[in-house]
Amino acid sequence: MGRYILIESRDPYESRDVPYFYDLAAELATQGERVTLFLVQNGALASRKDARGDLLGRVLQNEVPVLVDSFALRERGIEDSERHQSVKPAEIGSLVDLILAEGGTKVLWH
Amino acid sequence: MAKTLTICIMEPPYESANSTTSMRIIDAALQKGINVNVFAYEGAVSLTVKDQKPHPNPVHGTSVEEEKHPTTKELVAGLFELAKEKGVKLDWINCGLCVDERGAGNWIEGPRRGGPADFHKWVQESDATLVIPTK
Repeated sequence: MGRYILIESRDPYESRDVPYFYDLAAELATQGERVTLFLVQNGALASRKDARGDLLGRVLQNEVPVLVDSFALRERGIEDSERHQSVKPAEIGSLVDLILAEGGTKVLWH
Repeated sequence: MAKTLTICIMEPPYESANSTTSMRIIDAALQKGINVNVFAYEGAVSLTVKDQKPHPNPVHGTSVEEEKHPTTKELVAGLFELAKEKGVKLDWINCGLCVDERGAGNWIEGPRRGGPADFHKWVQESDATLVIPTK
């Protein structure tokens, strides 16, 4: 069983690539891989609970932990009350910890 | 023994949030006592160009001093300072061919010239690798 850190930096409404990346996270989890999705930059926009389209639904249904860069939330004025409660805020140092926690972790940036 | 993180960055300065996020990741790793290798590829070789100058903001009517416009060369210099302070290694390679193409060879102190073979070696030797591509 592999371990994957998927980092999404793009606005989900910017291109269809972004939902594909969410699907990749969900599919890896379905196949028994350990996956974490980390949202940075405009990727943080998907963390809003009122965002149209249930963007992270399949990811969360597959119990993929979803973290969002606290700095990106502050930059975009996304308050705690506006955030999907299953998406947890994290400092960028947490991303470093995740990347280095276990040898052989595969890190993908989109 | 300290862990080592290798990061490949490709974004030119002042282009997108990728540069800022890269710097934040490098900063966080150094703060944690982790050695960091940075392979600056393509436009990212310009991050360390010494000739960068801050500018005033005519829209806001602010001077250079008031604007405090950060340059990427200063941010990278700060990362080298941090590495020294923390007693960890920051090794920064600018891709030589990318530098030559862009005439971007006048750097601040710290980076060195190299090539993709160095990146390959780092990937094999490091605990983890992160590639941050352009869009």
